Amino acid sequence: MALTAAQPRLGRLERAALQGVIVREVVNYSSFWRSSTFSSTVDPTIYLLAFGFGFGSLVSTVAGYEYIEFVGTGIVATTVLFSGAFPAMYSTFVKYEFQHTYDAILAAPVDTEEIVTGEALWIGARTGTYGCVPMLVAVAFGLDPSWGMLLVPLIAGLAGLGWAFFGIFIAAKSKAIESFSYWQSGLLTPMFLVAGTFFPLSELPQWAQIAGLVNPLYHCVELVRHAVFGFEGWADVGHVAFLVTFALLSWRLAIRFMERKLIL
Amino acid sequence: MESAIRLRGVVKRFGAITAVDGLDLDVPYGRCVGLLGPNGAGKSTTMKMLTAQVIPDEGALEVLGFRLPDDSKQARAVMGVVPQLDNLDVSLTVEQNLRVFSHLYRVPKAERDAAIERALALANLAPRRESKVDQLSGGMRRRLLITRALLHEPRLVLLDEPTVGLDPQVRQELWALIDRLRSEGVSILMSTHYIEEAERLCDDVTIMSHGKAVAVGAPSKLIAEHAGPEAIEVYGPPARLTEVEGIARTRGWRTRRTGTSVSILRANGDAPDFEGERRVTNLEDVFVLLTGEEIS
Repeated sequence: MALTAAQPRLGRLERAALQGVIVREVVNYSSFWRSSTFSSTVDPTIYLLAFGFGFGSLVSTVAGYEYIEFVGTGIVATTVLFSGAFPAMYSTFVKYEFQHTYDAILAAPVDTEEIVTGEALWIGARTGTYGCVPMLVAVAFGLDPSWGMLLVPLIAGLAGLGWAFFGIFIAAKSKAIESFSYWQSGLLTPMFLVAGTFFPLSELPQWAQIAGLVNPLYHCVELVRHAVFGFEGWADVGHVAFLVTFALLSWRLAIRFMERKLIL
Repeated sequence: MESAIRLRGVVKRFGAITAVDGLDLDVPYGRCVGLLGPNGAGKSTTMKMLTAQVIPDEGALEVLGFRLPDDSKQARAVMGVVPQLDNLDVSLTVEQNLRVFSHLYRVPKAERDAAIERALALANLAPRRESKVDQLSGGMRRRLLITRALLHEPRLVLLDEPTVGLDPQVRQELWALIDRLRSEGVSILMSTHYIEEAERLCDDVTIMSHGKAVAVGAPSKLIAEHAGPEAIEVYGPPARLTEVEGIARTRGWRTRRTGTSVSILRANGDAPDFEGERRVTNLEDVFVLLTGEEIS
């Protein structure tokens, strides 16, 4: 017995545990990647085409950009929401409530912190990949390719990670899946619209502009546009800092509320 | 001798309800211990405390020499847990389920394939390795659930109601599987409310009622001590059963209603005037005698 007890104490956020959580996600993903890829790429593409053709026929330039340039870059934020926040909310809730997955994982040498972190890292990686799809569609419709586009997966991945944590937090706070409606209609949809995706914030009333500044999607949109059309120095450092802060805060919130839910 | 599991004075409250109320429990190394009690006795709460999914309010818990909840992760690395609720990944195949858990249980890379093959053989599921879990029968799923917990060759296995809801034939298959583990020297703690399961598989049982241990010992010893060698089971119409209960009470014997009959316990052959079947006593009789409750 002394032998076992003398083993080094296992730490927090261990690589082996994170790897186990991510492997579980990846293997499961292999059974539903088609539907997931479909919704994560088709939804934003439809928004892109609808706004591009509908609104784009009324206006030629917005905020100094051609409309296809404006919306083709802003659309990344839509993907971030569709493939970051929503899958995190639903999959966390389903795994907790219906599949009892967390019971199984917590019986192995994995803690809540590692479950939350591993699952969100995987969703963030997926969001980084999916985030590029509508932008590539926009390229087909006249958005000029640029080297900066290579940074877009990183930006979408960082924003997606933050939204994945936030989605897990929402799921942890919700006692029934019906309460997602409040979060979606009350918070996510307004944020989605007030992010400078389809129209610039500068045309909105001042209170909405201020609200936009604390919207992580807005900072994601700005960063993507600047990556594609040219960075703007400290402003972009600020956007990155905002996204990093959002991810860190959401990370701790998600862990705290998941622990409350999983550990009695 | 140290124990694989050692609980002292463990208390867990959920609001006004005290689910576990000063529980002491020991699982010596290499033994199979049954936690026996009706629904609501605190068995599942106790099992969840052993994986630190429930944190006790009071008391000391030690698993494989690790103090819980602080060092629970180390303990979980060397024990296997079979949950009461099936939490297999239903859209994955049998083999994929095992592969995922070989990672979660940190089986070294070079040993993963061998561990998975061993589990498939033990579960008798090698021909079904490519089947998705939702195509398996209840018994197959349960075998997979058990062998999934054995991938890392744990020294201690927790089984929470391992055969609940399965038909008798499947139950016997699982008993064979559990008995095999036992013969390999794995320490086992098994919660159950099936008396026969505890009698067949467990070296010792702890009988729980209202969150406390009311009796501890080998099944045969507990039966001899509390229920005597035989019971008389008297059948008859309800009025007759009530009458029999009355007579037994005046003679100082304990009785127990078992559906269509009354069992007279501790008569020890002194009841020649009762027409009834003589049967050997069992743990259920012990349980009823000790707690006044039926177990299932």
